[in-house]
Amino acid sequence: MINITHEPLDAEALTSQVLSETNGAVVTFLGVTRRFTRGREVLHLEYEAYRPMADSKLAEIAGEMRERWSVEDIAIAHRLGRLEVGEVSLVVAVASPHRREAFAACQYCVDRVKQTVPIWKKEFFEDGEVWVGSQDDEVALEAAHSSVRPG
Amino acid sequence: MRLFASYRERVGQAELALDLPEGATAGSLATEIARRFPDLTRDPGKLVVAVNQEYRDHGYGLSDEDEVALIPPVSGGSFESWGLRPAPHQPKNRRGQP
Repeated sequence: MINITHEPLDAEALTSQVLSETNGAVVTFLGVTRRFTRGREVLHLEYEAYRPMADSKLAEIAGEMRERWSVEDIAIAHRLGRLEVGEVSLVVAVASPHRREAFAACQYCVDRVKQTVPIWKKEFFEDGEVWVGSQDDEVALEAAHSSVRPG
Repeated sequence: MRLFASYRERVGQAELALDLPEGATAGSLATEIARRFPDLTRDPGKLVVAVNQEYRDHGYGLSDEDEVALIPPVSGGSFESWGLRPAPHQPKNRRGQP
């Protein structure tokens, strides 16, 4: 099940979707918006998606997981719009007969979501805002690195 | 063409009309975008283009009816650092160790 939504994510409901008698292990990952990023305090965040491309990229990832591991039951949900600190932005629930595969497939999914799915995150600070991964962000990152470099 | 996130804000529009010559490719579109909006990127070769909602390399030929979008780096970091740029996304060829 793939779901991209502006509504709050219900991790428990998504987890129960993948439960079945053949599965002995369920791994659920929650991506949670955090207060501090690179030493700056985040006030809130916004997520934006290119749809339906984002939906089909998530479905593609679920397909890759099924090809690589014996996992059948997968739920992936991504939140959009404004999120407060501490809210859940991503839920991945994976079930498999044995735990090893569920862990591996879940980790693969989270990594992959951050690589190929056209969803963007904007962080809002007291003194500005930045699209994570954008050129502005890279410039800020370089500045932060060079300021801690000795000499 | 469609613009999202940082690109949309830089350009100030979510959609942009571009006149491209016959035989235009994703790469020639990227070059044109970089010429018109130089502060969008330092290198047009790094612009990621989606055609009809699929990542395409810069050699990909464009047609009139195509839905074209410029894809800024996603929230995990830059496409380049994952070796995804500018090649199309081909998961089947990327099957490494599980």
